[in-house]
Amino acid sequence: MEQLVQQVASGLANGAIYACLALALVMIFVSTDHINFAQGEMAMFSAYLVWQVLQWGVSFWVALPIVALLSFLIGVGIERVILRPLHSAPILSVVVVFIGILAIFHSLAGAIWGHTIKEVPSPFPRITFAGSGYIGPHQIGMVVVTVLLLLALFAFFRFTPLGLAMRAAAQNPASARLAGIRVDWMLALGWGLAAAIGAVAGSLVAPVVYLEPNMMASILLYGFAGALVGGISSPGGAVAGGFIVGVLENLVAYFGNLLEKASGVYIVGNGEKLSVALIIVITVLTLKPSGLFGHVTVKRV
Amino acid sequence: MATTTTANGVAGARRVGAAGGLAAWWMWLMIAVLALLPILGGKTGLISNYMFLQLSLMIVYAIAVLGLNLLTGFNGQISLGHGAFFAVGAYVAAILIDQASWPYWATLPVAAAVCFVVGYLFGLPALRLEGHYLALATFALAVAVPQILKYRHFEWFTHGVQGINIFKPDPPFGLPLSADQWMYLIVLAVAVVMFWVARNLLDSRTGRAMMAIRDHTMAASTMGINVAHYKTVVFGISALYTGVAGALHAIIFEFVAPDSFRFELSIAILVGAVVGGIASLPGAVIGGVFVQVIEKYADALTKKITATVNLPIDLEPWTIYGIALIVLMYTMPMGIAGGIALLWRRFKRS
Repeated sequence: MEQLVQQVASGLANGAIYACLALALVMIFVSTDHINFAQGEMAMFSAYLVWQVLQWGVSFWVALPIVALLSFLIGVGIERVILRPLHSAPILSVVVVFIGILAIFHSLAGAIWGHTIKEVPSPFPRITFAGSGYIGPHQIGMVVVTVLLLLALFAFFRFTPLGLAMRAAAQNPASARLAGIRVDWMLALGWGLAAAIGAVAGSLVAPVVYLEPNMMASILLYGFAGALVGGISSPGGAVAGGFIVGVLENLVAYFGNLLEKASGVYIVGNGEKLSVALIIVITVLTLKPSGLFGHVTVKRV
Repeated sequence: MATTTTANGVAGARRVGAAGGLAAWWMWLMIAVLALLPILGGKTGLISNYMFLQLSLMIVYAIAVLGLNLLTGFNGQISLGHGAFFAVGAYVAAILIDQASWPYWATLPVAAAVCFVVGYLFGLPALRLEGHYLALATFALAVAVPQILKYRHFEWFTHGVQGINIFKPDPPFGLPLSADQWMYLIVLAVAVVMFWVARNLLDSRTGRAMMAIRDHTMAASTMGINVAHYKTVVFGISALYTGVAGALHAIIFEFVAPDSFRFELSIAILVGAVVGGIASLPGAVIGGVFVQVIEKYADALTKKITATVNLPIDLEPWTIYGIALIVLMYTMPMGIAGGIALLWRRFKRS
């Protein structure tokens, strides 16, 4: 039982990272209808930037905003320079360009910082508290930061004129343009926000999985799974989906172990995490493509 | 989605295989020269065995790229996970040779059949997915492949992480060829047959149905084309092509292991298809050559660029991959083959 609680708690912590990535994916999907395959590599790149700034002796909580801002600018730049001309291009071209961006970030990180694994210290104090047997301070920190991020985004979209403009641009570009909103810039802003959120996800997960250019591949897959479970058109849903998938991932491994102990039959364990994600992705896509909280899009002929 | 046009609305309108007399003549001459290479180049020592291995790998990747072309270029279904089918084909061949000591040539039809079934089955859920969603599902497949191959219950025939070692066959009947030259001829023969079949397929009722579905799914179904049937079968055929390429790769490379089938392989196949020309048969050949050349020489090339431009960091091949992809999407969305065709038409008109 104790182990089960522990698994759920650490699942929630992992889920926080998936939730962040899912949120970043949704930001881009809602405003441009694109699924950003390069999101994981962009987050990885930002995590490296944080590491670099830390190496210069800056504290984590100063480094994170700097890198988030930098990532924001990179995101805006990518949208303006690379994706803008492809606005009405066929889907295949867009997907291929995303793969190209993925390849560039992946190889640049390897080229600049090398392929040796780097360690990032946790920014949260090592303290003991009630229940710290179940969950470490870094795990709690990840969940708290994710929730704060979500609240901030909610407030931004709900209460600021800029957030309102962005929502309008995403929902009805034509009318928004008539109302004087610069829709193109809103899309670029969405990209920038996604990159910044990805930067937070990358730098929070770096202390857990260590820094190396391949660190994000499996995490991105879970981010996709989270976004799909929650509904890729709904930010709140994506966060919920991220947490659900994180817990599910640990529970599957846990019950797999339990089953093996009880009956001696091995079915799933830690080695099948990616396959579990694959099954989640395909199941959700085929059975309920709008996810738990997304809205169904109706196609007009 | 109402319109599923890919980068190549133009190519679909023409008859694909309707090569003129002159072009066909050139093509047969090319094939004859390629087939005589072991005698022309091998005997005189101009072309080393290593070069023959490289040529074989280019042809193998051309077949794999052709598989993706059939699916994405001619049927409009995006796949980022064709490395998975490549892996299945490679493993079927390796396991049959290793466990059941089958002769290498007998493994090809089995690999083809298994991959067709796997592709067909994957095509069933893919029916409900379009565009980005299909890309996403196949992306997940590509990332998960190495882990699936390492699955513990498969270990007794896949040997887990260690992979399977097999041996390259010697030429039969005491032919005066090296093993590499013989396999080169086998690979070339298989490729010629498979390209010929693909050309005829595309030039048939089935091919026209495939392209109609790509260009306008809804209109195609109104015309009485069974969209679900064609989409799943094309998925199967596409997997079959890529799977046969995988089987050939296993035989000439003499080794398979889960980590040779990482996400990078799927990307390489996609890059080959896009660079060559996504809806073009000659494009598949260009793509295959490109994939192998990049894999072999990108390291040297990037080092050279780094040295000449005096960059402070060592560039990596993937950077060139990425930049090539993006630039190509702007300049030649129909790939090199499409670009050449366009230039040729302009040239003829003026």
